[in-house]
Amino acid sequence: MTETNLNLNKNTTGRYGEYGGQYIPETLMNELDRMAKAYEHFKNDPEFKTELHDLLVDYANRPSLLYYAERMTKDLGGAQIYLKREDLNHTGAHKINNVIGQALLAKHMGKTRLIAETGAGQHGVATATIAAYFGMECEVFMGKEDTDRQKLNVYRMELLGAKVHPVTSGSMVLKDAINAALQDWTKRVDDTFYCMGSATGPHPYPLMVRDFQSIISQESKAQLKDQTGKLPDMVVACVGGGSNAIGSFANYIEDPSVQLVGAEAAGKGVETNLTAATVERGSDGIFHGMKSMFLQNKTGQINPVYSISAGLDYPGVGPEHAYLAKTGRAQYVGITDDEAVQAFEYIAKTEGIVAAIESCHAVAYVQKIAPTMRKDQIIICTLSGRGDKDVASIAKYKGVDIDE
Amino acid sequence: MSKLKAVFAKQKAFIPFVVANDPDFEGTVNNVVALAEGGADIVEIGIPFSDPVADGPVIQAADIRALKADPDLPMDTIFDIVAEIRKQTDVPLAFLTYLNIVFQYGYEAFTARCAELGVNGLVIPDMPYEEHDELAPIAEKNGVDLIPLITPVSADRIEKIAKAATGFIYVVSSLGVTGERSEFANDLGDLITRIRKVTDVPTAIGFGIHTAEQAAEMTQLADGAIVGSACVNIVAEYGAQAPAKLKDYTQQMKAAISANPVG
Repeated sequence: MTETNLNLNKNTTGRYGEYGGQYIPETLMNELDRMAKAYEHFKNDPEFKTELHDLLVDYANRPSLLYYAERMTKDLGGAQIYLKREDLNHTGAHKINNVIGQALLAKHMGKTRLIAETGAGQHGVATATIAAYFGMECEVFMGKEDTDRQKLNVYRMELLGAKVHPVTSGSMVLKDAINAALQDWTKRVDDTFYCMGSATGPHPYPLMVRDFQSIISQESKAQLKDQTGKLPDMVVACVGGGSNAIGSFANYIEDPSVQLVGAEAAGKGVETNLTAATVERGSDGIFHGMKSMFLQNKTGQINPVYSISAGLDYPGVGPEHAYLAKTGRAQYVGITDDEAVQAFEYIAKTEGIVAAIESCHAVAYVQKIAPTMRKDQIIICTLSGRGDKDVASIAKYKGVDIDE
Repeated sequence: MSKLKAVFAKQKAFIPFVVANDPDFEGTVNNVVALAEGGADIVEIGIPFSDPVADGPVIQAADIRALKADPDLPMDTIFDIVAEIRKQTDVPLAFLTYLNIVFQYGYEAFTARCAELGVNGLVIPDMPYEEHDELAPIAEKNGVDLIPLITPVSADRIEKIAKAATGFIYVVSSLGVTGERSEFANDLGDLITRIRKVTDVPTAIGFGIHTAEQAAEMTQLADGAIVGSACVNIVAEYGAQAPAKLKDYTQQMKAAISANPVG
């Protein structure tokens, strides 16, 4: 496996067209500036790059498999389907790619405490894991709603030595957890590094997270070339804030023949108010440190959002996704709860893979689109995480009683 | 000359804060008028926001109360509140708002409406110096001051922020979010000295001030004191009786800081 190319995008200004920026309280500006400078330095530092590489290989179990889903391909009867198996990483999701990078940067900046927000809990678990590995203090902010639906991950974080704060402000989900983490950070910027989980927030986060997650498409491109000698025709990934999607897209953005599709959480339906389909339903705005697209009302109040998936119910999207959507380079499609749950069962029964409900939004789109494509065409679908954490809530959704 | 800046030439300024529409339209009008009658030099009106990341629990709760009655509370209703206030007092006013509210209304339309109603300044906690270019020329054209924030960790950013400031400079007393405190950063004096070296734009300290003693102490260093959470607490606690309490409180605070010489 080759080292991650952290210089894929030469644009390091933090602006993606009109999107991006640093719309954040003054208290954090010096720290963000320090972070941006440190990142610019260390991403070209041979020692940092070697450390990052070694951790990705020896600790996170990279490269992840690019797996030809033969049964799914045959069943759907169209394009050939390859699954990028981020679910097989240590901690069970793509989140580890990013936290290794950010924690390593934090260590080099002399920080001793990591804080993080988490939705489904995967980013919190990944942060708690790397904090344990580096011997750093770790506190995770998680909406009360999410601590209730993801109890196993809460316990897992505690097991790893992290302190989990259930956030009871606002709608008690991911956006409120980010508010709480930002607020904690303003109180304690000296020793604390805010390890952000998605390609969102103020610069340099969208840039760093994209770079650290770009290993997904760096590998998949090389792996598919080895296996078929070709580029994919389409890459599909789920989008909440958009970290696994931007990582899955990054190395294909300059290849115009590759269609890029982000599967958003439509919840009960894109046209309903119980949705998290930001690109389809949202509009331009400024929130959580970035100019991007958000689900908001006419006054500019951020809307409560809904999805069965705790990892996708975020009212915004990373600024680079807003840019890719605006320029038409990527398409974003809404997948409902029902479709995602159906895909959860489908991929389990067809391929023997229990994938995260987040990832199943991408799988559901593949089920729709693959049959419309030719058999010589290729789709890469990123399985961003494994679905063990979702089994209980899917059972509940289906009305199955699994209480012991 | 900026109307806000002029306020500080005459006296140490007391700048109380309440949230618009908390508890309701009439209540806000009455509260702001009471603050003006009590001797407030500038009144800061917070525009409620769903996700006020720079604010502590007290102001967060006020924002929730303000939006509870009407989650779609239009900006025009808040401008109507100001128009009603303007029938009763000409006290200088500033809005505290998150940038998205201004962005959605349109920078030109928002600042033009502020100018019409005599809202003299905007404090926007999520618009740092680096991002102010998109709004500053428009606000300047309409004669509305953008009040920047400088914090104890602004370090080498102090000079560039101070040089670009108009109206007054909001000096953040300590790290963290808004809310009552018993301690402040201990180098605020040095911070203000650095600001004064590069600009004659006045300074007001905010975040955490709630007692008369604190206000007196802070206005020995700065040209004014901003008090948010303590006023919002009075609104929350006293409801319809809040105006009388706010007036009393303002008189006490104003008396405490008036002992300090100007300049």
